[in-house]
Amino acid sequence: MPFIPHSESDVRDMLAAIGSRSIEDLFDEIPASLRMGKLSGVPEGLIEQDIARLMMQRAEADGRPLCFMGAGSYDHHIPAAVWEITTRGEFYSAYTPYQAEASQGTLQLIYEYQTMMAALTGLDVSNASLYDGASGLAEAVLMAVRANRKSKSRRILVPTTVHPHYRQTTHTIVNNQQIELVELPYCPQGGNTLAEALKQYEGEDIAALVIQHPNFFGILEEVDMLTDWAHAQGALVIGVANPVSMALLKPPGAWGANGADIACGDGQPLGVPMMGGGPYFGYMCCKQEFVRQMPGRIVGRTIDRDDRVGYTLTLQAREQHIRRSKATSNICTNQGLLVTAATIHMSLLGAEGLKRVAQACHANTRKLVAALTVSECVKPLFNRPYFHEAALRFSLPLDNVLRPLHAQNILPGYALAQEYPELGDTLLVCATEMRSDADIALYADHLGRVIKTQTAAGCPVKPKMA
Amino acid sequence: MSNIPVELKYAKSHEWARVNDDGSVTVGISDTAQDQLGDMVFVEVPEVGQTVTAAEACAVVESVKAASDVYAPVSGEIVEVNEDLADSPETVNNDAYGEGWIFRMEPSAAGELEALMDADAYEAFLAAESH
Repeated sequence: MPFIPHSESDVRDMLAAIGSRSIEDLFDEIPASLRMGKLSGVPEGLIEQDIARLMMQRAEADGRPLCFMGAGSYDHHIPAAVWEITTRGEFYSAYTPYQAEASQGTLQLIYEYQTMMAALTGLDVSNASLYDGASGLAEAVLMAVRANRKSKSRRILVPTTVHPHYRQTTHTIVNNQQIELVELPYCPQGGNTLAEALKQYEGEDIAALVIQHPNFFGILEEVDMLTDWAHAQGALVIGVANPVSMALLKPPGAWGANGADIACGDGQPLGVPMMGGGPYFGYMCCKQEFVRQMPGRIVGRTIDRDDRVGYTLTLQAREQHIRRSKATSNICTNQGLLVTAATIHMSLLGAEGLKRVAQACHANTRKLVAALTVSECVKPLFNRPYFHEAALRFSLPLDNVLRPLHAQNILPGYALAQEYPELGDTLLVCATEMRSDADIALYADHLGRVIKTQTAAGCPVKPKMA
Repeated sequence: MSNIPVELKYAKSHEWARVNDDGSVTVGISDTAQDQLGDMVFVEVPEVGQTVTAAEACAVVESVKAASDVYAPVSGEIVEVNEDLADSPETVNNDAYGEGWIFRMEPSAAGELEALMDADAYEAFLAAESH
């Protein structure tokens, strides 16, 4: 049975009403040379039973490794109620609730979400979400260029301690809009962005400075110094932060004397499982004065003519369905379903619960670092305070360590050389509240054994003769 | 019938321009424009000191229906902006030609003012536009 709402006769009637012979005729305007025709490489359809079997096989191929990898996506406990409620019929749509009179529940939920995110980031307003953290940063950069009317440079300072994928996505999106992204180096000892790295830009016209805190290495940045420096230059500050970290650390709205102007990041740690890289959702908050430059949907609370509280999309005049090419952004949607999950997740945990998650993650990562650095061959890469995630340096080839750990069904961490070749044999590790002491001990034991095998004198691993 | 003061000049994009005694030019949007846009909710004024060329978008009036650019009727430098509109954008609706002014500029190119329409021409332009 096809799950398509129009029957053949519906389609015939509609075509007759507009005087077209076939659906194909409706695409006449598109020149034949631009049409794809049949897609090559797309196999024939499968029946439900076969597709279920195929998906099961693919899922099993991933295994269920013991996860010590973070690097932007985190393995948190999600209370069973979160997705049970999220997938109820009343909520089960990602679509924007344009029709306020038919969508009060969804609108109220988004309003509650915005309230929670504004409280978490310490800023005045939140939008209804963006696609993910990486595109969220790109939107924040575009927004900062619009909002900073004193700056004419379209230049953005981006420390290399910002998530590499976020930087790449931002580059892709803003590259052709005459926006210049200037990368700032990190301190090789501390893994943070130093005042010295900013010196050469002092007095120059900068639209915004991006600060990720904790940064990609898990290191705490000197957010007060960086924020105040940027504001003194007339630059706006875009804070990128893991939402869980904000339950414990100073949130972007409280950085420096005046706070970051825009905060963004990935909402995945708030109730979204690590599912093949997505879908996740991006959050974005800002100071009230910049709200008209904020992309995406915003839900507001109002009263109707009988003084009853109601919720509706607001500030839509700046959006593309009204303003066309002059809209603040061509983002015209949000990740509604994932925001639903995040809102329920945050409601169940509460502010105190989220803080405890943050504390447990940090405590576990500290235990993990202590357990792994028992070996002389493993040392912390940086000497500054970290949160939730830490970089380790190995004094033996990392590949030889990772392979046997993978074989033990352990996901040992993120090899930093993929994005930072200068860092060589280094690994970014993370232990969330999901990892028990026994899990950490298991990783440490296996690592200890692997290192012993690799370094035992007179016992080098030699290739077998063919 | 629309309110079109005879002492003002008008642009096709519905701005009005008043030449002040000191040679500066005050700019706002016409009564017809505010009427079509409806209740104003926000006015984004330009920066003082900003130089603009004629027909360049330099302010935004946002109503409950739409956000529209306001274009500089002539080239020059912005010398004053109406800060009061931040708190009371509805002034543009209530007094489009008076307290609802948006910015004042020092024109840099003589002749551009003459290219704008007078009240009669603007009225004819509106009549033609509505057909």
